[in-house]
Amino acid sequence: MSDNDVADVTRGPVAGGVDHHESTLRSRARGPYDGGPDMIQLLDPEGQRVLHGGAEEYAHHVDALTPEDLRGFYRDLVLVRRFDLEATALQRQGELGLWVSLLGQEASQIGCGRAMRPQDHAFPGYREHGIAWCRGLDPMRLIAMYRGVDRCAWDPKEFGFHTYTIVIGNQLLLGTGYAMGVQRDGDVGTGDDERDTAVVAFMGDGATAQGDVNEAFVFAGVNDSPIVFFCQNNQWAISEPNERQMRSPIYKRADGFGFPGLRVDGNDVLATYAVTKEMMDRARAGQGPSLIEAWTYRMAAHTTSDDPTKYRFSAEVEMWKLRDPIARFKTWLAHEGIADGAFFAAIEAEADELASSVREATVTMPDPDVDEIFDHVYVEPHRQVEDDRAFLRAYADSFEDEGVA
Amino acid sequence: MAAQRMTIAKALNAGLRRAMEKDPKVVLTGEDIGKLGGVFRITEHLQKDFGEDRVIDAPLAESGIMGTAIGMALRGYRPVVEIQFDGFVYPAFDQIVSQLAKLHSRTRGQIRVPVVVRIPMGGGIGAVEHHSESNEAYFAHTLGLKVVFCSNPTDAYWMIQQAIESDDPVIFFEPKRRYHERGEVDLDLAPTLDLYSARTVREGTDVTIACYGPMVKTCLDAAAVAADEGRSLEVIDLRSVSPLDIDALAGSVTKTGRLVVVHEASSFAGFGAEIAAEVTERCFHSLEAPVLRVTGWNAPYPPSKVEEHFLPDLDRILDGVDRSLAY
Repeated sequence: MSDNDVADVTRGPVAGGVDHHESTLRSRARGPYDGGPDMIQLLDPEGQRVLHGGAEEYAHHVDALTPEDLRGFYRDLVLVRRFDLEATALQRQGELGLWVSLLGQEASQIGCGRAMRPQDHAFPGYREHGIAWCRGLDPMRLIAMYRGVDRCAWDPKEFGFHTYTIVIGNQLLLGTGYAMGVQRDGDVGTGDDERDTAVVAFMGDGATAQGDVNEAFVFAGVNDSPIVFFCQNNQWAISEPNERQMRSPIYKRADGFGFPGLRVDGNDVLATYAVTKEMMDRARAGQGPSLIEAWTYRMAAHTTSDDPTKYRFSAEVEMWKLRDPIARFKTWLAHEGIADGAFFAAIEAEADELASSVREATVTMPDPDVDEIFDHVYVEPHRQVEDDRAFLRAYADSFEDEGVA
Repeated sequence: MAAQRMTIAKALNAGLRRAMEKDPKVVLTGEDIGKLGGVFRITEHLQKDFGEDRVIDAPLAESGIMGTAIGMALRGYRPVVEIQFDGFVYPAFDQIVSQLAKLHSRTRGQIRVPVVVRIPMGGGIGAVEHHSESNEAYFAHTLGLKVVFCSNPTDAYWMIQQAIESDDPVIFFEPKRRYHERGEVDLDLAPTLDLYSARTVREGTDVTIACYGPMVKTCLDAAAVAADEGRSLEVIDLRSVSPLDIDALAGSVTKTGRLVVVHEASSFAGFGAEIAAEVTERCFHSLEAPVLRVTGWNAPYPPSKVEEHFLPDLDRILDGVDRSLAY
């Protein structure tokens, strides 16, 4: 295989199977690709349930799910991937300024997102399209940002899903402060399932180097705040691998801040669901923060502006294709008789419809009014902002007078 | 309640107390503000009276303090952050510029971030490095923030309450060298001025002096001396640098034809440059002289033994007036 193969990954997943290359790949300089003995996994890449090695502590959360819930997870995974691939295609065709693909990280996000309750709040980075999906956000609101017609086209309060955050790590402090507010509202540890509230804040492996991330751990730790720090370790911070960001595993850092840290197989939706559920329940009960490191892989480029062939081998990508989060889950659902061919076909058809509607809505999405540049800079009017608004209006009108506009 | 004589420090403390009494969502957060009452004692006794949940002794991390304050605001609180000294705000600068200033516009007004950031600013107290800075221009340059200065006890008492009531984020500069200067404060007489209006603190006819924060008193002193010399200075306390009450300033300059801007910060790309540009545009035909600036020198803040040579003082202000009148 050549390095150029990496460019193919945005075209879609490859079904799971035995990786006969794995032993040679592991001997490469970057070290082992598996998540190590502490990684919690409930479903292995072959689609077999794992019943030991930590799985037994979390299995009851999966046992409590109905077949309908599980089919719902599958639908989420497939639709989110399809939406993401369509968005990448739209960017390639010039309809979006940028897209940030979540390809390969669907199970991390769907498992986590489905462990949230309506009253919980998410503080995302900029790749959390799967969380947005679980929070009921119309995907077009994400498209609006990356098309360049809006910045945050939703009300964070309405969805419990806060603004996408591009400055790495800022959102962890916002989430921690939000959780401190939850504590002051008394919405922790009441035992009322509809009242007790937790926050989940998202980051990638690169973000763990940021001061804000470490400060968030300090503030959440000393305040026992109801927050789960959810780190998707997708192995790459644009071009820099884990070893350029850290000397000890991410999940082990939590110990130094005084709360639990866990590594979970981020390509196993059952594991990400169960572990997040456990930690969110814990937070809502007033037992404080935790850190979850979801061990996953960024199958596509960092963004559509990135070229990963410059810094990583296609062999690595090929190896991770064999751990695909959707393939293993599909295998398991079929084997357990939870879903059949007709169900899978129906989901594929729904995915096609979603992609088609996203495409249609994107290409017809209007540009914002230029005057909106000045809207909502402040709540109360600001003299200098309004002066500029008036100036631009008059300037624009001067062209209309000349019949130019 | 009759007017009371109190310091700026006590007036701020009383203003914070009153805001906390009026609105249970007001919370204070910062370093050493609880048990100690802050290094300047601005929050003295407030933790004792309002509890540790509302007066938070935060970990020593300014970005953390700022970011969590924004987060609390997103939950519906009205946090008031104390930055211990002007020179310590920079770790929080990212959160202020990237999040605090922009969240309202990014969400098309769907969320509000009513956070007040109190910063004791300026020099003249014989302090070590990073304790004497005037960094207002960084914040004024960031649209989405409002940036105000109090200069006397009455404004300290009322402006801090107005800032807390504002639904916009406010950077609230306090003139630390004036903390212990006294003045009459009527705790019940609500102010006639809003938070963003300039005030003419001395009327005059020859030269307009624009100033804010700790320089207001210095400028008033200079105006008193100038009066003895037969020169009539009009002193305007801008109070807010963002938004800038340009009408008040332009009105005065139209009358006097001359403007000297006074601030402690260096002149180069300082706020005085903005004033000079705005006033020149609006008052070009009234101006008898270029807008002049009397400011800290274009150099980093010096060791305290020579800070008196760095900061604008009465003589340098009068020199600026002389230079303006010489045109």
